[in-house]
Formats: sequence, C-alpha cells, structure tokens
Amino acid sequence: MSLPVRVGTLLVAFLAVVGGAIFVVIHYLLAGPPTVDFTSQAAPGQPVHIVLQEAPQTTVSDRPDWVSYFIQDPASHQWVHTTLFKVPAGSMIDVTVLGYDGCTPLRNPFWGKISGTVGNVEYVNGKPTQVLNSWGECSVAHTFSIPGIGLNVPIASPTTLAANNNLCGTSPCTSGPHTTVTFSFKAPATPGSYFWQCRIPCGLGFLDGFGGPMQTIGYMTGEMEVAG
Amino acid sequence: MAAETQAATPAAKAGGPNHGLRIFLIWIVLALAADLVLWFVLGPHIPPGRLGSAAQGQQFDNNVMIAMSAPVLVLVLVYFTYAIVVWRRRPGDDADGPPLHGHSRIQALWITVTSVMVLSLAAFGTYELIVPYGAGGGEGPSPIWNPPGAELTAAAQQRPWAPGHVLVVQVIGQQWRFTYRYPGLGGFETTELVLPVNTMIQFDVTSIDVIHSFWAYQLGVKADANPGVDNVAYTKTQHLGRVTVRCAELCGLWHGAMFNYGKVVTVPQFQAWASSTSVALADVTKLLPPYSTTYDPTEIAHLGPVLQKLGLTGAGGGYYPPQDPSQP
Ligand SMILES: [Cu+2]
Ligand SMILES: [Cu+2]
Repeated sequence: MSLPVRVGTLLVAFLAVVGGAIFVVIHYLLAGPPTVDFTSQAAPGQPVHIVLQEAPQTTVSDRPDWVSYFIQDPASHQWVHTTLFKVPAGSMIDVTVLGYDGCTPLRNPFWGKISGTVGNVEYVNGKPTQVLNSWGECSVAHTFSIPGIGLNVPIASPTTLAANNNLCGTSPCTSGPHTTVTFSFKAPATPGSYFWQCRIPCGLGFLDGFGGPMQTIGYMTGEMEVAG
Repeated sequence: MAAETQAATPAAKAGGPNHGLRIFLIWIVLALAADLVLWFVLGPHIPPGRLGSAAQGQQFDNNVMIAMSAPVLVLVLVYFTYAIVVWRRRPGDDADGPPLHGHSRIQALWITVTSVMVLSLAAFGTYELIVPYGAGGGEGPSPIWNPPGAELTAAAQQRPWAPGHVLVVQVIGQQWRFTYRYPGLGGFETTELVLPVNTMIQFDVTSIDVIHSFWAYQLGVKADANPGVDNVAYTKTQHLGRVTVRCAELCGLWHGAMFNYGKVVTVPQFQAWASSTSVALADVTKLLPPYSTTYDPTEIAHLGPVLQKLGLTGAGGGYYPPQDPSQP
C-alpha cells in the first residue's frame, strides 16, 4: 500500500470512531425530554396551573408500550412527552391530572395517603379525598410524589372493570375513561431541582415492574425545577 | 528498620553518635505528643460522633486505630527526615556507603511487634463487635448479640412500648424512600424517623423492592435492607440531635436522592409525637398489611379484592400477569 492510501485509510478510520463517539454523546447522553416552563405564565402572586395526563402507553415514542406522564404546554395547550417542568419558587401550584390509565395496586398501601398538598387533600372528580385504598378497591393508577417536599398524591384511576378494559389506545389521550384529579401545593422557596416519581411499579414486563418507565425520565419520573 | 542497622553499626563502632538511640528518642517524644493531641483534641470529633452508643463505640475504635497508627507514621517520617539531614552526601564525598548487614535481633523485634499489633487488633475488633450488640451493624434475622429486652418476634414487637424498654422501629426500604413503622405504638407507618433519648433502639430493616441499605450515620447504624429479610441492628440513643439517614446501596435512578433526616427527642416529646402521628395517620394505618417482620407486597391474599375486580384472580400467583418476570 502506498503512503497516501495508508494515511487516507487511517484518517477515515479515525473519523469514523470520532463520529461514532459524537453520535453516542449527542444521541444518548445529551438527548433528553424538554422542560415545560411555567415561570413565564405565572403572574406574581397568582397560582401556576399545571395540567398533566397519565397515558396507558406512549405511542408517540420509541417505547410505545410504556406507561407515561405527559405535560400540557401552558401556551400552546399541546401535550408534551416529558416529565420535566419549571415553576417559580414559593408559588402556589394548582395541578390537574387526567388519569387515563387503569388501576394497579400500590406496592405499599401507605402511599394511598395524600400528603403535602393544601389541606392534605386531593379532589377526585371534584370529591375531596384524603386516602385511597388501592388494595381493597381498583382505585389508583399511579402516584405523583415529590419526596423532597413530602408531597404524595395517589392518582385515582377509573374504577370499573369495563372502564379499565376500555382505556384510550393512542397517546396522548384525548378521550376514553378517565378521572380528573386536582390538588394544590406550595412550591419550595429554595430554588433547585426536586425529583418526582410514581410509587406504583408500573413497568410491566420488567422484573417486579421496577424497570423501564419507572427508571426513565420522561415516563414515570422526572424533575421539578424551582426557579428563583 | 533495615536502614537503621546500616546507620547504627558502623558509625557507633567508629565512636560517632548513636543514631539509633537518637532516632528512638526523637520518635518517642513526637509519637507521644501526636497521640496525646490526636486522642484528646481530635478524638472527640472523629466520625460518626456520639449520638448513638454504636456510634460512640465506632468513634472509640477509630481513635484506638489512629493512636496505634500515628507512631508508625511518625517513625517513618522521623527516620526519613533524619536520614536526609544527617546522612546526606557531603561535597567531595564520593566514597561508597557502608555495606548492609542483616540484624536478626531487630528483625525478630519487628516481626514480634507487628504480629502482636495485628493479633491484638483482631481480638480488640472482635470484642468491640460482640459486646456492643453487633456495633450498629445489621445482624440478620436471628441476631446472636442482643441487648436485654430485645424483641425478636413480630408478636413481641407489637406489645405496647413503655419508656425504658427497647423501642422497635421497622425500617422499610422502597424506591426511593425509607418509611418507618412503630409496631409498639399502634403500628403506624410514617416517613419521619423520631426516636426517644436514652433508649435502646432495635431497628428491624427490610425492603419491599430492591436491595437498599439503611445508614443512620450519627447513630452508627448501617444495615442492608433486603426484600424478604428482617435485618436487626441495635443502638442506644445518648443525647438529643439530628440523624442523617442515607441509602447506602445503589438502588436505581434516584438512589442519590434517597435520604432523610431523623431526630432524637426527649421521651415526653417522643410520646406526644407518637400519639399525634398515630391519630393523623389512622385512616391509612388501617389499610396497611398486618405488622410483620417482612412483607411480600405481591402476595395474593392482600390484593385479593382488587385483583378479582381486575379479572386477575391470581392465575400467575401474583401481582403481575404470569408472563412478566418477578423475583423468585
Ligand atoms: Cu406509574
Ligand atoms: Cu435505596
């Protein structure tokens, strides 16, 4: 092989490796779901309104069979496939969750207790509720829990077997049996990142349901960024 | 030590200073000074503190090891410095150094001293593990070193607690939070860890999902939280203060955020907290599974009604459809 051919081969091989590394970094390591920003929407002293939905699948993603949360963009009202959102520090947050997913028993029925919300209460289709019994009734789909501020809200599911067998099939869901859960909580005064999670091991197909969406930001866990 | 033989013999024979004696005297003074400072000044601040008896025991052990290793370090540094200062090459001196000889007495002394140190530390370590009831480490489901009054069955643990008795606190690990259940106080479960002062605490540590590790730093307690296993650890609270609890076993995405703070309060404060918490949590306490040293959340008996409603009557024996994997 002549020198130019050898140099050329080496160069091509080198570029292929570097290009592969850059692709891995950008595609897998830096890529993540977007953050929905609620700070610009909030007038000072006024509560921030956040609308979420739980979908029984994620047909918009490359993991169509994973359960997922979606967040509604406050400006466009489009559903965004993400679990990252940003709120102003110290603000009152009014949350509405549309529970389109069916029931699964909690791993620990202790998390059926609502805590950390205003009045330690959530409203299930308007009805004030302080505790949900997921072992005795088909009543909970997922939870919205921010351990760092002691927030735990089990999200009620449709309660009948017929409804549970007839859940929405394309996500984000726009119709189908669902509950409307509302609650309010105060965002912490200290800026920072607060993770949130679901406490129902809903990663079907994974060992004891703990893998997949339970461990992946953008599905059943995410972060609330509190901006100063 | 080998170099000491090199230094001591030829020079002493030539009527020069006795380097060995000099080094020994410098060493004994500095080593004593270092040990006194380390024991009395630094000692009280060595981790993990004295909030729990297990922690105090660990602090003592750490101080003993520091006091034993400091003279070794000082000897190395003294010898090193002495050699640099006294035996450096002088201008114009191109002669060889004196030849090295073995010195069987020093070798025997070295082997004896280090063997005695290592063996006595092994004996000391064993004593320090057994006498303080496992020294704050998890002893497994059938602990062999128990304080008087330890409650080793679920039935005994549920007897109402009274001040002065061993307080049983069940620690339940789950992704990504520890919860605490107080079987002797009505069996409520809470996210708060509150303990009465001057009380022997028996932690019964378990998990309902993956492996976690309950590490109550200032109490000197560290015990793995395994699903299906009751891991018992003891410590006695010795004064009021704050406890940092961390999960010490990589347990998933938010392992790093799996921590909380507990506190040691006075006995009356503890009793007041327990009764108000018990009332506040009464509605969820009645939904909890009966108190047990371990839990299997996938057990069909607990979940019967809801699974029947879902049409999952336990054909696969569990919580998930039969085709899905679950822990054996
Ligand atoms: Cu979930
Ligand atoms: Cu953990």
